[in-house]
Amino acid sequence: MSDDAKRFSGLSVKRPSPGAPPATPEPSLEPESRVQVASQWQLMWWKFRKHKLALVSLIIVILVYLIGLFAEFLAPQLPGSYSARHTYAPPQPLRFVERTDNGWRPALFVNGYKVEVDPVALRRTFVVDPESKIPVRFFVKGETYKMWNLFETDRHLIGPVKSGEPMFLLGADRLGRDVLSRTIYGTRISMSIGLVGVALSLILGIILGGISGYYGGAIDNLIQRIIEFLRSIPTIPLWMGLAAAIPLTWPPLRVYFMITVILSLIGWTDLARVVRGRFFSLKTEDFVTAARLDGASEIGIILRHMVPSFMSHIIASITLAIPAMILSETALSFLGIGLRPPVVSWGVLLQEAQNIRSVATAPWLFWPGAAVVITVLALNFLGDGLRDAADPYE
Amino acid sequence: MSDARSTPLLELKSLQKHFPIHKGFLRRVAGHVKAVDDVSFKIFEGETLGLVGESGCGKTTLGRTLMRIYEPTGGEILYQEESGKIVDLAHLNRQEIRPYHRDIRMIFQDPQSSLNPRLTVLEIVGEPLKNNGIAKGRDLEDQVAELLRKVGLRPEYLRRYPHAFSGGERQRIGIARALALNPRLVVADEAVSALDVSVQAQTLNLLQDLQEEFQLTYLFVAHDLSVVEHIADRVAVMYVGKLVELADTRDLFLRPRHPYTEALLSAVPKPDPRLRRKSERIRLAGEVADPANPPSGCYFHPRCRFAEARCKSETPALKDLGKGHLAACHFAEELELRGVMTEKAA
Amino acid sequence: MTLNQTLISVRGLKTHFFTDEGVVKAVDGVDFDIPRGKTLCVVGESGSGKSVTARSIMQLIDRPGKIVAGEVLYYREEGKPIDIVQLGNTGKDIRSIRGNDISLIFQEPMTALSPIHTIGNQVTEAILLHQAITKEEATERAIQMLARVGIPKPKERMTSYPFELSGGMRQRVCIAMALVCEPVLLIADEPTTALDVTTQANILDLIFDLQQEMGMSVMFITHDLGVVAEIADEVVVMYLGQVVEQSDVDTIFHNPKHPYTQALLKSIPKLDLEERHRLEQIRGMVPHPFNRPSGCSFHTRCEQIMRGTCERITPQYLELEPGHSVRCLLYQDEAKEVNA
Repeated sequence: MSDDAKRFSGLSVKRPSPGAPPATPEPSLEPESRVQVASQWQLMWWKFRKHKLALVSLIIVILVYLIGLFAEFLAPQLPGSYSARHTYAPPQPLRFVERTDNGWRPALFVNGYKVEVDPVALRRTFVVDPESKIPVRFFVKGETYKMWNLFETDRHLIGPVKSGEPMFLLGADRLGRDVLSRTIYGTRISMSIGLVGVALSLILGIILGGISGYYGGAIDNLIQRIIEFLRSIPTIPLWMGLAAAIPLTWPPLRVYFMITVILSLIGWTDLARVVRGRFFSLKTEDFVTAARLDGASEIGIILRHMVPSFMSHIIASITLAIPAMILSETALSFLGIGLRPPVVSWGVLLQEAQNIRSVATAPWLFWPGAAVVITVLALNFLGDGLRDAADPYE
Repeated sequence: MSDARSTPLLELKSLQKHFPIHKGFLRRVAGHVKAVDDVSFKIFEGETLGLVGESGCGKTTLGRTLMRIYEPTGGEILYQEESGKIVDLAHLNRQEIRPYHRDIRMIFQDPQSSLNPRLTVLEIVGEPLKNNGIAKGRDLEDQVAELLRKVGLRPEYLRRYPHAFSGGERQRIGIARALALNPRLVVADEAVSALDVSVQAQTLNLLQDLQEEFQLTYLFVAHDLSVVEHIADRVAVMYVGKLVELADTRDLFLRPRHPYTEALLSAVPKPDPRLRRKSERIRLAGEVADPANPPSGCYFHPRCRFAEARCKSETPALKDLGKGHLAACHFAEELELRGVMTEKAA
Repeated sequence: MTLNQTLISVRGLKTHFFTDEGVVKAVDGVDFDIPRGKTLCVVGESGSGKSVTARSIMQLIDRPGKIVAGEVLYYREEGKPIDIVQLGNTGKDIRSIRGNDISLIFQEPMTALSPIHTIGNQVTEAILLHQAITKEEATERAIQMLARVGIPKPKERMTSYPFELSGGMRQRVCIAMALVCEPVLLIADEPTTALDVTTQANILDLIFDLQQEMGMSVMFITHDLGVVAEIADEVVVMYLGQVVEQSDVDTIFHNPKHPYTQALLKSIPKLDLEERHRLEQIRGMVPHPFNRPSGCSFHTRCEQIMRGTCERITPQYLELEPGHSVRCLLYQDEAKEVNA
């Protein structure tokens, strides 16, 4: 479709008034349209906006990060508090209306539990008892926690009015811990491991990829061979070996940091390749040559002309790298060689769900899995949307 | 122009640019593409020198080597400063070349790729002024606005991005950028090739007007012979990295002295159906020679209709045939070659 | 022009592109005839809709594009004319015409050839798709065809891949592929734009020679008026999705009527060896397809604009004298008299 098609696809770019003869500007200048003075980021946003799925995903991702950020406040309980009287308690649905003799009236409550004994296995199980009511309120006082390790408070977004009464909206695990609370706390660890891991990868990737792409030649050859070597090692055994080398006596925080380092050891190679490719293609772009002839310094060329040209692509790549990190962490922890309790991550929670009993009788223990799936999907869609919008000039 | 001819603004002496060909895992150098091979010519102040040839003949490489975008493999680029001092640009390092990039500027072929889409017109055209410490702030804006006015764009367009302009307007921005530092020599690399027919005429007129106004010298690299005939005072013809002919435009088009030039001229479609097939076209057999592996002797001999044994073995030198008409052909004096047919001649 | 001299008749063709930003009327009411055995050149600048017109004739318009109106009548040697638009763009009927009766060559031969198949493979494939002959016969014909388009050592070349050939040779292969089924119409979309002048001259000669030999019609799309003067019998000048003038080649070059045609001819540099002069330029730029001017779409750049008229009234496309039609308000009365 050649020249015609190029004009029809892509952005609607309003041209200045068609008949303006050169050198004799018409007295009235038509008002500047927004597109004509729109910067790269504005154009990207306009293009991104059209990708509805990515837009929804963006909202979900922001929500997930907010959940991670405000975990203490949002979780009804502390991740470690347990209740031996409610092991494997099933989820209680949150109810908004109450039936009374006179009809319906609004009320916020959950039903309590009653114990039933399985006649075959003679095992005690909890079932939701529709008769009993445990009133629930927003912004209740509950267990005390230290928000962001800064100030102490005991307010929770939601909880039973009478502290200590059972409320397990997503059920309880084998120690009677609240699955919802633990999933919320897991969000913080799992999501931040993605961010920190990607940040580490990004630093390594940009520096090594940049050197590789900008200088080329022997140093490029060396870095590329290193990347190929790293990528040829089977990931899971490598991770397992490295993770197994972490001493058991290390505090959880240091283990957490080591795990991110291990994950980004492979992760940076992808980003380095992206950066290198961009540098290579930009180096010979005419506008970079023109800048050189205009007397720009090397550092000026890199910062003013090259980096802004691939920054949007890098952001898209990062967004697609985060879910990989999250999945890796989940996989490692699930295998029992990543993070370990008492640290709470989605992977750790899923590891606790790997037994027949949970599959058969306590399927609510898989809720953290749902969190993983939703988050990873949202990040992938978001990354796709960003990648499509990354170059608004195509 | 004859008075100006005594002092060349720029003189190329045996300029060479060879690109290595790497082969194999260890990327050993297996040979060289002689993109520009021993080219010498002079550009005089105030003239337009057209440089023509088919794709792969090395004309763009020549322009870029002259600008030191590519490092020359050998030869000299002698530039005469305004003070009269002569400098060899080929042997300056990256820092030393900088001040000369203010005098010698370039217009690129593709207005789409030569303007950074992420910068505004002010930033693009202002870049050379800012980098060379000529203007900043309010003053920079005024100067850029003035440059835009000179190339026929409204100064109000300062804050727009390149995507707001059509191809012809973008090329005007590129021209404004080239003019920003009051250059003496402008290398225009296929500056109108990517433009629509109607916009091409506007741009050619603009280049001519600017030349008059600022006493510019142009090295006009192009493949379109009609455009070169229109704008150039003298024309140089390249074939496989070598200069084969150089002469005053009229001389070259009316009476070419190299068979390759003759074939090129006869291939140009004439925009008049009445001239159709009046002169039998010279069909060039075969393909343009591979610059990595050129034929022996005269590079053109396998396609030349006048080739003799001597052409196979002996490389012809560029001879002066009088009145500054240079041609690299053993039989330049003897051959009666056909030039273009004009309407009157027809 | 009587019917049996016409091969393809395009009537009221409208192809619009429905983009997110709005409707682009790439082709907006185009009428012309392609004469049998002759060469019709379609000239225009970028955005004139010349390529989209060609693709509409072959039913090669993909989303978001759509042929919204008009007909493309194909007059076969015998039988009733077929309206190609009615055939849709998939299915057996259109495929039996595409590549067999009408074939297309492109500006960039590398994109039209498959990089992973040999040339022999691709040319024989083109034959076998449309003709019931054996593979051996097809190979034989492919070799003959390659020889006919001037490829040296065609037998050896059958096993080459496209990247092993030069641009000119690749275009010859494309021409061989297009002509191997002896189509009645060859549509050439800027086939020489990416080539050097000497190669262009050879390809133009080749197309001309093959046309003499095989008697097909050629619809040649170009922006280069020099090329038009060399090969055209009939010329259609397009501007912003409409035909503004059509006539035989001599009239277009020596007695053009539409101000756009006139300006276009004046604005190209000619090899006339005259003293240095300024070119007569057309002012302004081709308007963006979203900003189509009202009235006559050329009025914003026209030197002969009648203020107050051309901005308001859309000119009709009328025959000024037999075989010479023009879309311009300057000639409306004159043309109406002729037609009356």
